[in-house]
Amino acid sequence: MAEERITDIGPPNYEQFLPPVIKKNYGKWDHHEILKPGVMVHVAESGDKLFTVRCGTPRLLAITSIRKFADIADKYCDGHLRWTSRNNVEFLLTDESKIEALIAEVEEYGFPIGGMGNCISNIVHTQGWVHCHSAASDASGTVKAVMDELMPHFQNMELPAKLRVAYACCLNMCGAVHCSDIAILGVHTRAPVIEHDDLPKMCEIPTLVASCPTGAIRPATVDGVQSVEIVDEQCMFCGNCYTVCPAVKINNAQTDGISIWVGGKVSNARVAPKFSKLAIPFIPNNPPRWPEVVDAVVKIINVYAENARKHERMGEWIDRIGWPKFFELTDIEFTKYHIDDFKHAGETYMRTAQLRH
Amino acid sequence: MTEMKYKTPLLDELEKGPWPSFVKEMKKEAHRPMVQDAIGQLERSYEEHISHWKHGGLVGVMGYGGGVIGRYSDLPEEFPEVAAFHTHRVNQPSAWFYTSEALRTLCDIWERHGSGLTNMHGSTGDIVFLGSTTEEIEPLFADLTKHGFDLGGSGSNMRTPSCCVGPARCEWACYDTLDACYNITQEFQDELHRPFFPYKYKFKFAGCPNDCVASIARSDCSVMGTWKDEIQVNQAAVLDYAKTVDIDAEICDLCPTRCVEWDGKTLEIDNSNCVKCMHCINVMPKALKPGKERGATILIGGKAPIIGGALLCSVFVPFLEMDKDSDYEDLKELTEAIWDLWGEHGKLRERVGEFIQRVGMSNFLEEIGLDPVPEMVMAPRSNPYIFFDDEIFE
Repeated sequence: MAEERITDIGPPNYEQFLPPVIKKNYGKWDHHEILKPGVMVHVAESGDKLFTVRCGTPRLLAITSIRKFADIADKYCDGHLRWTSRNNVEFLLTDESKIEALIAEVEEYGFPIGGMGNCISNIVHTQGWVHCHSAASDASGTVKAVMDELMPHFQNMELPAKLRVAYACCLNMCGAVHCSDIAILGVHTRAPVIEHDDLPKMCEIPTLVASCPTGAIRPATVDGVQSVEIVDEQCMFCGNCYTVCPAVKINNAQTDGISIWVGGKVSNARVAPKFSKLAIPFIPNNPPRWPEVVDAVVKIINVYAENARKHERMGEWIDRIGWPKFFELTDIEFTKYHIDDFKHAGETYMRTAQLRH
Repeated sequence: MTEMKYKTPLLDELEKGPWPSFVKEMKKEAHRPMVQDAIGQLERSYEEHISHWKHGGLVGVMGYGGGVIGRYSDLPEEFPEVAAFHTHRVNQPSAWFYTSEALRTLCDIWERHGSGLTNMHGSTGDIVFLGSTTEEIEPLFADLTKHGFDLGGSGSNMRTPSCCVGPARCEWACYDTLDACYNITQEFQDELHRPFFPYKYKFKFAGCPNDCVASIARSDCSVMGTWKDEIQVNQAAVLDYAKTVDIDAEICDLCPTRCVEWDGKTLEIDNSNCVKCMHCINVMPKALKPGKERGATILIGGKAPIIGGALLCSVFVPFLEMDKDSDYEDLKELTEAIWDLWGEHGKLRERVGEFIQRVGMSNFLEEIGLDPVPEMVMAPRSNPYIFFDDEIFE
């Protein structure tokens, strides 16, 4: 007889995964301190201490590596570990004397310790060519190439403030990168190519027409087939049509690429959360290591690190010095693409004569 | 190491360098033919600058409308082992806490049914199992549920909620984010697994305004911890910090409302003007702590650009008590009222933030039954085009 089908049980209750020191001191932590890059201690009101050792990962993990993390957790942490919202692993232990051996073993396995304090933590990112249909670029490869260069900033805490880098391989932004200090974003730059033979079989035309935010898609009969036409000049390359209709091909090997955005943040510290703003509209895809993207990111970070005041996030620094100065210092060309022309565009026009000359 | 089926000179470049390599991760599971073909196809993408994954397609487990994302190769003849290579979202435990035993259970399940490749974790928070065949979807699901795990959300449903580390390891947590996340996820299992909404609806639970889960940018409903009373100050610890921190420059001058004063001996805070930005607490964690009268601000309507442009969440309820014993009834009632209204009047693929902009926040509040309060806006309107109704004469 078949086993009864189990559904709708939801995730396992987290309580069973908490280490004893957390169960005992849950909600009763007094303070914490970063002891060195990648290592911190939380001290409870009871005086109990919990040590955290943080390591970076590429997010895409083999079960071989996860099992290795489990072995390391058994050896040093009584089997306890967690992941952070930026895809880092945190080993949780109470015995301070085991920290150095734990670090040595994690590093030996190829995973760096760091990502705490005024540093560049892991780049949150999307699937890219590894596993996504609408990617304008690869995520894992770009992230790897950029992090290879930014590695010192992961392992030290010498920046003026936290610097959050995020990557999304198209405007869908599964990674919701739009509030990052630096956002690397894959972009399509040409209107979709329509496969008229497939379209009637695969797609509902009214849904497809309705999916276009600018009204660029119209029903049309093409070679006797019920299909659609696209007014190229009205297309803003969002790819929403492709999401609802696979026969409207937005991906384009020649014209897809990467844009770079700066100055966003999500925390409420000091100033309100901010969107990232356009710095570089387009860099062609150049796999496997995207050197132009890496150079641009490194340049922006270097200029920020040299010029920002202590505690100033990227966006706070730019707001203080002004955008003209940002473009001057970073040698980035300001173009027509930098001026917003979507809804409510006028909100970003400079409506004051308060300028630096 | 397993012998590789394809030459991958471009991907091999990404095995070099100090940051951990996703290519090495893929090769660790290359003893499975499907991973060999996934690597081969990815190399092709690197050669041709384009994705070779086809658009979704309807796959899933019986009775659910989400949790599995169909993924097919557009080169099935050349890479037959990944002709179907579906993504599975598995609902993570609150705050991503695991034991080694739980991780091994997950790895064993995934080894039995798929590629052995994962994302730890997906952008919304799920454990992501990358790549299995259509035939393995039901057996994988049965194996997961047998071991206490369930699928997460995808499509137009409540997406898998996620939360920060909260009171498990953070002195700043203003409510129990882990419990609230778990409670809400369990309460709305039907809404998570069966897509009946105009579009997706995301919950994120952040314990304080530092917002480590980016709830204000990445969720439709941000439950952000905050407090009402005075910041707790340990003056002796402030004096200690004064040896290494320039309190005037680094604390007082950077306070957004200039409500902190320092005379070299005592830190004075005008708490009535504190906007709970967390800056002073972040800089001096041994000396300052959030107050004791804690709860959450509920903000709604955040989203990424598709389709009407990106939005940050905006304030919906300035302060809501998040008492564990209340079973979060207030939050659940508000949520159901939002879902009823947006579910009935929202357009296809219209997120709740876009819906509110279309119908107007005032109309939205009236339908939900909330009174407008000044905390909801940066400023009152500056244009005089007011839609007056008879209420003005009452």
